[in-house]
Amino acid sequence: MAIAKKALVWSLFAVGGTMTALLFPALMVIFLLISVGHVPDGLSFGNATAFSQSWLGKMFLFGVLFLSIWHAAHRLRVIFHDIGLRADTFMASVLYVLAALGTLLTAYFLWTIR
Amino acid sequence: MSRRPYIRPVSRTAWYMTHVRYKSYMLRELTCVLVAVYCVLILSGLAALASGTQTRWDEFLASQQHLAWILFHGFALVFFTVYQSIAWFGLAPKAMPLQMGDRTVPGGLIVAAHYMLWLVLSAALFWIAGVI
Repeated sequence: MAIAKKALVWSLFAVGGTMTALLFPALMVIFLLISVGHVPDGLSFGNATAFSQSWLGKMFLFGVLFLSIWHAAHRLRVIFHDIGLRADTFMASVLYVLAALGTLLTAYFLWTIR
Repeated sequence: MSRRPYIRPVSRTAWYMTHVRYKSYMLRELTCVLVAVYCVLILSGLAALASGTQTRWDEFLASQQHLAWILFHGFALVFFTVYQSIAWFGLAPKAMPLQMGDRTVPGGLIVAAHYMLWLVLSAALFWIAGVI
């Protein structure tokens, strides 16, 4: 059982790692543009709402957030172990509960945007 | 067995500072802190959209327009590209070697395919966001 659980979180880590490696640099460029005051057209209130209202947009946003959240949770668990905090069961519980909350919150927000 | 086996002293909290390979391992692992920050940012953006009011969305965009965020996003872009994207693509053929029949696909080809996909998906994201 423990092995099966590990395989599940590890595969989420691996898929999430590939997805973030592919998409996050572009995402960071977009945030950089916003922060210097050049908000791209697609992120106007109307366009951003329309995108998150469409099923394709919802699926895209949920997929990206779901994988990022679980990737980060699993890797943070390893980091806490690596920097000497040897309380793996506790840290894993805290991080995976947070990840589950983040996943639920994502679903709730996407459900609310209609 | 000797009565007093030699135990090499290893720091529990700073062992990764002892070798350049451990250091770059830690830098790669630390990229997930950036992933976590961007998850929170996107979630707060979605919360603003979910409120259904333009004011909340504009407040979210305006909250980013601060020198600290400009520096953060600039740093994140460079750090993440080097220690996550480039590192991850470079490791891909080692983590997932591909075999076709009797032959293994050359590692360089797998890495090149990742870079191509990176280019295409980044362009797609820029197109969706209206950057290009």
